[in-house]
This record gives sequence, structure tokens and C-alpha cells, in this order.
Amino acid sequence: MQKMLVSPSPHIHTDLTTRRLMLDVIIALLPATAVAVLFYGWSELLVLSVSVISCVLLEWAITKFLLKRPSTVSDLSAALTGLLLGLNLPSITPWWVVLIGAVVAIGVAKMSFGGLGQNVFNPALVARVFLLISFPVFMTTWASLDMHNAWTIGVDAVTGPTALTLFKENHGAVKDVLMQTGSAGEISDLALLIGFAYLLIRRVIKPWITLSIWATVLIFSGILYLAAPGTYMTPVAALLSGGIMLGSIFMATDYVTSPMTTRGGIIFGVGIGLLTIIIRNWGSYPEGVSFAILIMNAFVPLINKLCKSRKFGRA
Amino acid sequence: MSKFALVTKGFVKDNPTFSLMLGMCPTLATTTSAINGMSMGLATAFVLILSNMAISAIARFVPDKVRIPSYIVVIATFVTLLQFLMQAYVPDIYETLGLFIPLIVVNCIVLGRAEAFANKNSVLDSALDGLGIGLGFTLSLTAIGIVREILGAGSIFGCKFVPGDGVLVFVLAPGAFMVLAYLLVIFRKYIAKNE
Amino acid sequence: MVICLGAITLVCSALLACVYSVTQEPIAAASEARTQKAIAEVTPPFDSLEDACTSDGTPYIIAKDKDGNAVAYVLNASSVGFGGKLSLMVGFKPDGTIVKTSVLSHSETPGLGAKCTDPAFSGQFDGFDTNTGVLSVRKDGGDVDAITASTITSRAYCKALQNATDAYRAIAASLVVEEPQDSLAVEISEESIEIKEGKDNE
Repeated sequence: MQKMLVSPSPHIHTDLTTRRLMLDVIIALLPATAVAVLFYGWSELLVLSVSVISCVLLEWAITKFLLKRPSTVSDLSAALTGLLLGLNLPSITPWWVVLIGAVVAIGVAKMSFGGLGQNVFNPALVARVFLLISFPVFMTTWASLDMHNAWTIGVDAVTGPTALTLFKENHGAVKDVLMQTGSAGEISDLALLIGFAYLLIRRVIKPWITLSIWATVLIFSGILYLAAPGTYMTPVAALLSGGIMLGSIFMATDYVTSPMTTRGGIIFGVGIGLLTIIIRNWGSYPEGVSFAILIMNAFVPLINKLCKSRKFGRA
Repeated sequence: MSKFALVTKGFVKDNPTFSLMLGMCPTLATTTSAINGMSMGLATAFVLILSNMAISAIARFVPDKVRIPSYIVVIATFVTLLQFLMQAYVPDIYETLGLFIPLIVVNCIVLGRAEAFANKNSVLDSALDGLGIGLGFTLSLTAIGIVREILGAGSIFGCKFVPGDGVLVFVLAPGAFMVLAYLLVIFRKYIAKNE
Repeated sequence: MVICLGAITLVCSALLACVYSVTQEPIAAASEARTQKAIAEVTPPFDSLEDACTSDGTPYIIAKDKDGNAVAYVLNASSVGFGGKLSLMVGFKPDGTIVKTSVLSHSETPGLGAKCTDPAFSGQFDGFDTNTGVLSVRKDGGDVDAITASTITSRAYCKALQNATDAYRAIAASLVVEEPQDSLAVEISEESIEIKEGKDNE
């Protein structure tokens, strides 16, 4: 039996539930999802639905048959993980790769650690990194943005490199970072920013983690750019390209895997920003946001210990 | 304890990898395929048997103050000997296992058995203990190697049964941790059920 | 105490000395066999090997048949790939075609650049005629199919092969003149480089 804590009144009355929070994040992701489906068409729809459905079914099956506990599917966290995973994959990912991703996200990263609230690492990101290391060819082949082709059945997608891959290969200029080839959730920064605004208005997340990531990326890549403009990206391009927007708004701010205090959140965000730029410029993969967030996830217990909130009334 | 039980206790009850949790470094690093895991296990077993025998023979004469240095000298001798033999007769396996052969010197299992068993038991018993623990280590390393090879390369002992690449992460370091963790869960579950 | 430890080390070193003297020969043989095998991988069947050196000090190996005629020239070449240094061994026939290439060491990403060791990629250089073919990926106007999603590694592989080809041409040029004087050899190899550069500009 769980121990109930009873404290004297007054109590705050609120309709805040896990389900409501998850629903808000899903709503905030809708603009980005809509843009992705619009530009990538049927294949994107397939990736997203396989991802969401298999995540939810897996969580239901694991709670029912392996753990023999009441199902936790109705809190929508599995659906959110599925949606985030889908948005993190290229639109032309084969369905069975998406399915393996769902197994890793829900089975390995979430339920092995004890389910929602116990997981150390963000499940969708663990799955993405797992797939990136295991199936690098699928995970680095992107369909070009072409609305006409996307909705025509039977036409093979034309593939194109992401801005970051192009940069790593050619050290060329980066154009069009606002609409870029990439994972579904990475193509439109504007749609992601609308989601960010919604989350802030609904007070689902506090802005500090996201803002400190942006600031660190801008400052660090700015220093690099000033030092050697030919070899490094401009700071604005660095911020707007790749997965920084998606990662900083929706992944780094995950309640379970981010620090509890504002101060902790800022340390966490600065760490993610630094690691991202380091991995991008000197690592062997073109994009480093997901690695950076996972590495900082591992530091969260330490950061929480460092930044305990002071008890009221104590000096 | 019967002579037979001396050998078999290393397989499950005192299994170095899954029960004692010793020698984790070579366990994670060398099990990229079934054959690599098995070679590493057998190499360790070879050193373990010989060093256990030698140490139980000399334990009575060695003063306590120089106990550990003497044991390490004995173990290091057998490891170097193994290195020469492998370089001469199985150079390919030696090349694959590389640094991890000399590192058997600092493998916790070897010194651990010397301290915990060999220096207070007879030469024959120590040899049997070394054989049991060594084979237990070989079994668990081979098991991890088999799982990693099946998932990561689609083959068993080098025989390919799935065309193309496997799930690459399993032949890399993170895969070693994952496979070890899940095999540990299954092993502990099995032990808990039988107790 | 000292006597005991001394005795143990003495016995141990004696044992090691014995084993060493027994295994010394097989170890040398095994290491020789490895080198032979590595070279045999990139050359046609040969009878003997001869170490040689270019005028600027690059070592290479000549594989000879029974009559002492050169059947292949083996060179090492390297370039910088995606993850670090990429080292290759290349065998050239006297007519300038590549017999085969093999990767000595690399630090490319598994599943991407590491596929440069796959026959699917490296096989396209078997019998590649360096006199007519262009050693660069199709994207850059060459005759080489790049590895999927690994342009940088493919380019590095081609660049290493191009380096090897340049070195081989210098060797071949110096061999045309029978037993040339040192200064002459240098002149000729410089000339051949100029010719090569002229070709590139076309």
C-alpha cells in the first residue's frame, strides 16, 4: 500500500493531472506535426502512426503481461513518447525500424526503469540514438521537401542532405534554415516556436532550460564563428538548424529527466548547449543535440543535489 | 564439498560474471562475438587454473608481508606465458583480444580466487576451483557474445543466417551494457525462483 | 621474506625464459606469415618479395615471380577520413592498373564509413585502370560509386588511392630508365608530377 501523506489545510485545488500535462504537450506539438505531414505526405503519416500506436500498445502489453499492474496508458505519456519519436525520425524510415525504436523507447528506456517518473533518460531520445547508431544509413537519409511528390503514391522520394551534413561535408554556406530538410519535427522552426508559446501560456514548462540552451549555443558558436568564420557556422544558423529547437523545447524540458529547480535547469541547459556545439564541430556525427541531452540527463540527480531549494525560514 | 561440486559451483552459484560480478572490464570489452567471448574466457581459465595450483603450492612458504606481490608475480608469469603461446600458435585471436590478454594480470577473478580459495586449499582442489570458475566465466562470456553477435551481426560463431547488417549498436560498447543488464535480470530471476 | 620473493621471481623468470626460447621461432614465423598474407591480398601470386625505396624515401615492396620479373608494386597510402586517419595498402601491376586495395586501419563510423572495407565498395577498385579512370566519387565527376550516406569516407579513400597512384607513377617513371643516376631519377619523377598536374586541370 502506498503511504498517504495528510497535511493540514489550506489545500490548493487544481485540475492539474499527468494526463492534462501530456495532452498540452501533444497539442503544442500539433503545428510541427501538421507541417511535417503536409510536406512529407503519406510516408510521414505512416511513420508517425506506427510510432504512436506501437508505443501505446507496448506499454499496455508490458504493464498487463510482464508487470501485471494496472495499465498506465491513459496518462497519454506513451502516446507523447511515440509522437516525439516519430518526429525525430526521417520520413522515409522503414516501419520495422520505427517499431524497434518503439521497443527501445518504451521497453528499455521507460519500463525497465520502472515506468513514468522513474526513467533516467528521455525515452524518445534513447530510441533515436539507438536507431542512429544501429541503422545509420536509414537515419541519415532524408527525403527532400517536395509537397507535390509527397502526396503522389508510387513516386520514390528524392533524398537530400540536411543543412548540417552539407556543412560537415563542404563547409559551405547554410541557406534556408527556417525550412530545412531533416527529421519531421525539425523542418519548421516557426511551428515549433508556436508550440513553445502555447506551453509557456499554459504554464506547462518554465522557459529557463530552453532559453539557457539557446543562449549557450548562440554565445559558444558566436565565439567560434568570430575566431574562424570560414570553418564554423554563423551563430544564428547554428541555433536554427538541426534539432536544437525540437530538442530544447520538447525534449530537454521533460519533467522526469530535467532538474527540479530553476538554477539547476540553467546549469542543465548550458551543459546541453556546450555539448551540442562540441559534438557538432568535433564529433563524428553531424548532429549532437540528442547525445547532449542524454548526457546531461545522466547528470540530473547530481544537479538536483547541488541545487536543493532552501527550506522556508532557514538562513 | 565433493570434487564435482567444486567444479560446478562456478557455473551458477559462484558464476564470476553474474553472481560475483567480477572481471566486468573484459566481459564488456571482448564479447563482440561468440568466438571472441569464448576465447577470452578460455584464456582466463588457463591462467586461473595454473595460478591457483601454483599459489596453493607456495602459499605455506610465503610470508604474509609479501603475499600479494608474490601472487601477482606468479599470475603475471602465467599471463606472459599465455601471451607467448597465443602469439605463436593462434595469432589471429591474439590480435583480436589485443590488450585484454595482458590485462588478465589485473583481472579481479584471478587474484580473488587466489586470496579466497587457493591459499587455504590443496593443489588439486584449487585446480578444480580454477577450472570451475574459469569455465563459468567462459560460459557467461560466450552467452553474452552469442546474444550480441546474433543481434548485432545476424550470425552465430561467424555463420551468417541473416543477410546484411544487424542492429549495429550491439557490437558496440553500449550494446554490451544492455545485453549484460538483461542477461543479469534473467539470471537473477532464475536464481530467485530456484531458491 | 626477501629470499622468498627472490626465489619466486627467479623461478618465474626461468620459466618465462624457457617458454620464450621455445616460442620465439613460431612467433617470428606467424608475424612473417601475417605480412605475407597482407601483401598477398593485394597482389597476384608471387614468388619473392623485395623491399625498395623511392628517391624521396617512401618505402614500397616489389613482388616478383620465379624469373625475378616484377608482377606488382605494393604501396601504403593514407588520408584523413571522417573519423580520423584512413590507411590503405594498394597493389599496382606494372601497367598501372590497381590489383586490389585493402584497408589497414581506419576509425570511421560503424555502419557508415566503416563500410569502406566491404567488397561492395572496395571491390570496384579491383582492376581499376589508373591511366583511364578518374579516382574520385561520381558526385565530384569521377568513376567511383560512393558509400551510401558516407561521401567523406569515400572521398578520403579515393584521395589515398590517388596519393598511392602518384607515388607509383614516380616509381614507374624512375624504372623506365635503366639504373638511372640519382639526379636523373629525381628529375624524371618531378616531370611526371607536372604531367599529372596538367592532366588534372583539363
